[in-house]
Amino acid sequence: MIATLIDYGAGNVTSVARALRRLGTEVQLTHDPRLISAASSLILPGVGHCAALLHSLDSRSLRQPLLHAIGRGVPFLGICLGLQALYQRSEEAPEIVGLGVLPGDVRRLPVEVKLPHMGWNQLHAVRPCRLLEGIPEEAYFYFAHSYAAPANGAESAATCTHGREFTAVLEHGGVFGVQFHPEKSGAPGARLLENFLRIAA
Amino acid sequence: MSLAHRILPCLDTDGERVVKGVHFEGLRDAGDPVELAARYNSEGADELVVLDIAAARDNRPTFLATIRRVAEQLSIPLTAGGGIRSLDDARSVVRAGADKVTVNTAAVERPPLIAELSREFGAQAVVLAIDAKREDDGWQVRVRGGRAATKWKALDWARHGVERGAGEILLTSVDRDGTQSGFDLSLTAAISRSVQVPVIASGGAKLPQHFLDVFSKAAADAALAASIFHDQVQSIRALKLFLQSHGVTVRLPC
Repeated sequence: MIATLIDYGAGNVTSVARALRRLGTEVQLTHDPRLISAASSLILPGVGHCAALLHSLDSRSLRQPLLHAIGRGVPFLGICLGLQALYQRSEEAPEIVGLGVLPGDVRRLPVEVKLPHMGWNQLHAVRPCRLLEGIPEEAYFYFAHSYAAPANGAESAATCTHGREFTAVLEHGGVFGVQFHPEKSGAPGARLLENFLRIAA
Repeated sequence: MSLAHRILPCLDTDGERVVKGVHFEGLRDAGDPVELAARYNSEGADELVVLDIAAARDNRPTFLATIRRVAEQLSIPLTAGGGIRSLDDARSVVRAGADKVTVNTAAVERPPLIAELSREFGAQAVVLAIDAKREDDGWQVRVRGGRAATKWKALDWARHGVERGAGEILLTSVDRDGTQSGFDLSLTAAISRSVQVPVIASGGAKLPQHFLDVFSKAAADAALAASIFHDQVQSIRALKLFLQSHGVTVRLPC
């Protein structure tokens, strides 16, 4: 199978592509709406500012093809901002509507802790999730963010806590998201990407 | 369940080879960056830092090629810097595979550079490297590899850099660098407690106790060292086991 990686200029596209290729998968990097409409699986990476991601999607006319693909049940994985973009809105860019696939808003983590939430942290499993199959409960993943999704949504499969609890892994039908960077998270990260590819196959 | 304290090996390079020196001087060859990167990636390093300490204009293509080759080896984050003077310089380093960039001298000379980088890549990708030297009752910021004085006090510059959009501080004690006499705990604690972003302590590490002290007494979020790891004086795994046995949260790869 071919993993379609949405290339809208995000900083971590190259490392996500590299991590996927290491798993032996063919990777298609594209910002062509037609290729996104025809994809059998979609990965939306992201790092940096939420507005940059949503503006890039809109300026390349990718929002509708992406939403249609998700609506048809095409397996989707959002990474970091790619997860945050699935919600209604983000406090980081309140003037732009999110993809709105999931209810709720992305909010800034509390100021009582050091921000960005940067480094390796562990997950708290809320319910079984296909993305986390075979990954030890005590595994660490690499995070780098200051905003996060609510922890209490039905889509939340695992949470993490930094100042407050937030959704670190989500599963909603064929829609998956991770707040951390699996492409930078050593062996557990590689296993998670492999799990997604298996689900999408 | 909490954020792990990070251990960061640092590759100081002349663009192509890893070099080492004391007090930023007297450089000697310390190995191949690609080999060292592969070793640290598998030994449990939490991130890797690669710096071009020569930072001459004519060796930039060589340094970018080194970043690309190093990035190929890694499944952990990569920070690169040394000689980044503009948004374009940073773009080429990020395109070569770095997740974060460090800025030092150029940010002191032109502070708006920090905001330019932060807007483009996000604060989490902008590491403000501060070389601090003890002066009278505080610390002064030094630039140009620790040689040149500036008007900035380290505490003020750290706060100012964070206001402008730095997402992390790489704090090097010029006094301790290369001495293997331990991190400067009072400097690290003072900076770490006065900014909201994570602080990486650097300069002076040798013993596991030095790392324990900087995490438990000086509120460092991460600690960086170079030669003790390159020379295999200290293994990263053994260091982490020591820290864990003393109650410090660390990531031990499964």
